Amino acid sequence: MTNLINQTASALAGLLADGTVSSVDVTRAHLDHIDAVEPDVHAFLHVASDAALATAARVDARRAAGEKLGPLAGVPIAIKDVLATLDMPSTAGSKILEGWIPPYDATVVKRIRDADLIPLGKTNMDEFAMGSSTEHSAYGPTHNPWDLDRIPGGSGGGSAAAVAAFEAPLALGSDTGGSIRQPAAVTGSVGVKPTYGGVSRYGAIALASSLDQVGPVTRTVLDAALLHDVIGGHDPLDSTSLTDVWPSMTAAAQAGLKDGALKGVRVGVIKELNGAGFQPGVKQRFEETLALLTAAGAIVSEVSAPNFEYAVSAYYLILPAEASSNLARFDSVRFGIRVNPDDGPLTSERVMAATRDAGFGDEVKRRIILGTYALSAGYYDAYYGSAQKVRTLIQRDFAAAFDQVDLLVSPTAPTTAFKFGEKLADPMAMYLNDITTIPANLAGIPGMSLPMGLAPEDGLPVGLQVMAPARADARLYTFGAAVEQLLEAHWGHTLLSQAPALAHTEMFATEGGAV
Amino acid sequence: MAAKAELMDYDKALELFEPVLGFEVHVELNTKTKMFCGCANEFGSGANTNTCPTCLGLPGGLPQVNRQAIESSIRLGLALGCEIAETSRFARKNYFYPDTAKNFQTSQYDEPIAFNGQLTIELESGRQVTVDIERAHMEDDAGKLTHMGGAAGRIQGADYSLVDYNRGGVPLVEIVTQMIEGAEADAPEIGKTYVAAIREIVKALGVSNARMEEGNVRCDANVSLRPRGSNILGTRTETKNVNSLRSVERAVRYEIQRQAALLTAGGTITQETRHWHEDTGVTSAGRPKSDADDYRYFPEPDLVPVAPSRAWVEELRATLPEPPAARRKRLQADWGFVNLEFQDVVNSDLLDVLEATIAAGAPAQAARKWWTGEIARLANATGVSADSLVTPVQVAALIELITDGTLTDRLARQVLEGVIAGEGTPSEVVASRGLAVVSDDGALIAAIDQALASQPDVLAKIRDGKVQAAGAVIGAVMKAMRGQADAARVRELVLERAGTAPAESAE
Ligand SMILES: [Zn+2]
Repeated sequence: MTNLINQTASALAGLLADGTVSSVDVTRAHLDHIDAVEPDVHAFLHVASDAALATAARVDARRAAGEKLGPLAGVPIAIKDVLATLDMPSTAGSKILEGWIPPYDATVVKRIRDADLIPLGKTNMDEFAMGSSTEHSAYGPTHNPWDLDRIPGGSGGGSAAAVAAFEAPLALGSDTGGSIRQPAAVTGSVGVKPTYGGVSRYGAIALASSLDQVGPVTRTVLDAALLHDVIGGHDPLDSTSLTDVWPSMTAAAQAGLKDGALKGVRVGVIKELNGAGFQPGVKQRFEETLALLTAAGAIVSEVSAPNFEYAVSAYYLILPAEASSNLARFDSVRFGIRVNPDDGPLTSERVMAATRDAGFGDEVKRRIILGTYALSAGYYDAYYGSAQKVRTLIQRDFAAAFDQVDLLVSPTAPTTAFKFGEKLADPMAMYLNDITTIPANLAGIPGMSLPMGLAPEDGLPVGLQVMAPARADARLYTFGAAVEQLLEAHWGHTLLSQAPALAHTEMFATEGGAV
Repeated sequence: MAAKAELMDYDKALELFEPVLGFEVHVELNTKTKMFCGCANEFGSGANTNTCPTCLGLPGGLPQVNRQAIESSIRLGLALGCEIAETSRFARKNYFYPDTAKNFQTSQYDEPIAFNGQLTIELESGRQVTVDIERAHMEDDAGKLTHMGGAAGRIQGADYSLVDYNRGGVPLVEIVTQMIEGAEADAPEIGKTYVAAIREIVKALGVSNARMEEGNVRCDANVSLRPRGSNILGTRTETKNVNSLRSVERAVRYEIQRQAALLTAGGTITQETRHWHEDTGVTSAGRPKSDADDYRYFPEPDLVPVAPSRAWVEELRATLPEPPAARRKRLQADWGFVNLEFQDVVNSDLLDVLEATIAAGAPAQAARKWWTGEIARLANATGVSADSLVTPVQVAALIELITDGTLTDRLARQVLEGVIAGEGTPSEVVASRGLAVVSDDGALIAAIDQALASQPDVLAKIRDGKVQAAGAVIGAVMKAMRGQADAARVRELVLERAGTAPAESAE
């Protein structure tokens, strides 16, 4: 039998459509693989084996009955735990929501169910999406399939690792400052942050409302496009959802696979995202990719975005400010855990305080305090107000850049995957890691990360970030698919085929003895 | 129980201090659904049944703006003489309280939908007072807490509290006045009259059910005292949720007397919210409130700005009813009522039906007499509202029957009973119950006898049982009576006079 877990989603869709395999077979193969590698990877917080197999069986039966199904019907998918799911706990990686099963589905979850995809389970993340490593998950970190001692990126490390470790062909992520793209970069997978408003946020547990965006996490650009077409489009339940009629992202990706797709495409290299602080191997692969692009007919030039230097500062004011308010609802009154104070009277205020003290992790508390401070009377103008002005300046930088070029590129992250604990003690170092991805969120434009090789010094994946003007998501897919094809032709294989095979932990004891 | 504070004699307080007022009136809109979700906006449903992820503040819930609520807010703003913002934004007001599901209220801060309005009210003395409106902004209501186990439903001493989020997310418009100076001894009446005027306006606009007892209109009254001869404002208190017109008047008066006594005794006023106790007629201290209360307002990122087009605003302006005060003035003049008569109509809430009755042709005094007299009496007796018993058109028809002599007042009361009993229009009741004044039949009968005599062939046909032949006679009679006859009655009498029907006994 074909190796079902190594297939792309589009290949699986073909095998399912022509009856070569059943959805139950495909789902069971992934569940078996999850069983085998989860002790190493810990990409999932919840695996819904029985429900997945039952759903797969229903889809198979409907297909057998001759029903016309959607292109991804029967294909398994992993869901980031930030999304509300009717039948699975939704904790956003936080202890405060331990065991909470929402009474509703997020719009994107409803859409993948309506399209007959098979939800496998919920993936790990930094608590409330605050982090770049999953080390801030209340349920323990996810391990990078390329090197289990390293972070898988964050906050969506679980979704990226699940896809990179072949536990799922597709996953849903959310990206507030890079939480889809940076994990994609460090795990050798593909991740897309759509235009703000392109995909509904209804049912996505909010971190920073003006920055959050749900998007696809996959192994190929075409797969991302297929998933984007399922989840995208207007949702009246999200007031910031755009009413645009979107072109087919799948068709856009397919267009990129045609000869000459890169010819004449104007590609801008952002000067400010190609300088100091970038790992040599990252810079090297980036330069090589630019050379390949030029050889393929693209016109590569340098553009400047002078206000990007303020992006991280602005981001770390806007995000905590909005988060401090969004996270106020976690008060033990209506849902989630409830913790009573050790002593003293049981007033609602004291129960709220005790619950939040016990339920939130340090990083969450840090950002709530920062945000509360930034919004306080007398500080608002200096902090939140100024940060919003920076946001406008960054949007202008992008507008000026897109006057000159069709797309902008940069390395997705300054470095390859770092080791656990490396940046945990230094929040500023962790925050600066997002310097490349944050500007797209501040401007609301779409961004993609796709693999562009392994860094020579550590053999770990390096990601290429591509950004397009707002609403031009299709352009990303055309270009991304073309670049992916160009690079794979150059390498002679896919990047993920080079990932080390994962073993069962229980077969080995560490040097010190028991794990 | 709140103890009654030391109070100063009211006149004495006014001699020493000038009261300065301010009001925040919350109006609950009567939209079908809530402000930011599709849940029903309904009073009296089972606890927490009108809820969803959004109004319960569940993780992932997002708001959607109710267009009808925006429309109602704009119309209310226009009725208060406000400017309507070209672009208006929602803002989050952050504070923790269990009745506030999101732990922030979605309100408006620096960009309210309506601002800079004016409302002129008239006191009983005839004094006109113009109240400047600072702003009218939109926000969502909180849920309702019920404290269990303590005394009289108060939070102090309660064992636990129940929370019902049905009201959470119901659309509110908060109308904030500028400081009202120069109220002098009229201060309590100004409070009452102002709130009454707001209630009347929202009712006329149809944007709220305007029932104060159900909390549709709630008033927070700010009162401070300025010592005579000083130009420094005193510290204010904010008496919350004063929920009847009479209470507004009493609470303002109470605060003036309480603050005056306290200040004169060398005390200081604490800037605080105060609770009004309807039963004992006193206010008691709530929580301290300082101008530095920090709600950490910021623009609501989950909603886009509301930018009502000027065309829409003008369209809505055209739908505004005549201002209630102006309308009252006009109607009283048109109808020629003396003050007492007019007040009686207003107080009985009969202005609308009276206007409709008069529009249907009834003389004003007769309409007033019937509505405030017999109809109001029957309504009181059965515990329903007068306008639920009969329609203005029916009352006008009844009055016309009296005017044209068909009915006496005594007969008309019986006809009214028949109409209320569902027996049909007044004419139908007259016919079916045979209640018309008998003497009128005399003229009819004469006309009928004459018509029958002049058409002997028709008379013969009727006598032969060809009843439809009576039509020719009926036509002639109606013509002779210039239409002032009930055709059904004429028909009855024609058949009677022709000898085919038994003569009916007189009433
Ligand atoms: Zn609701």
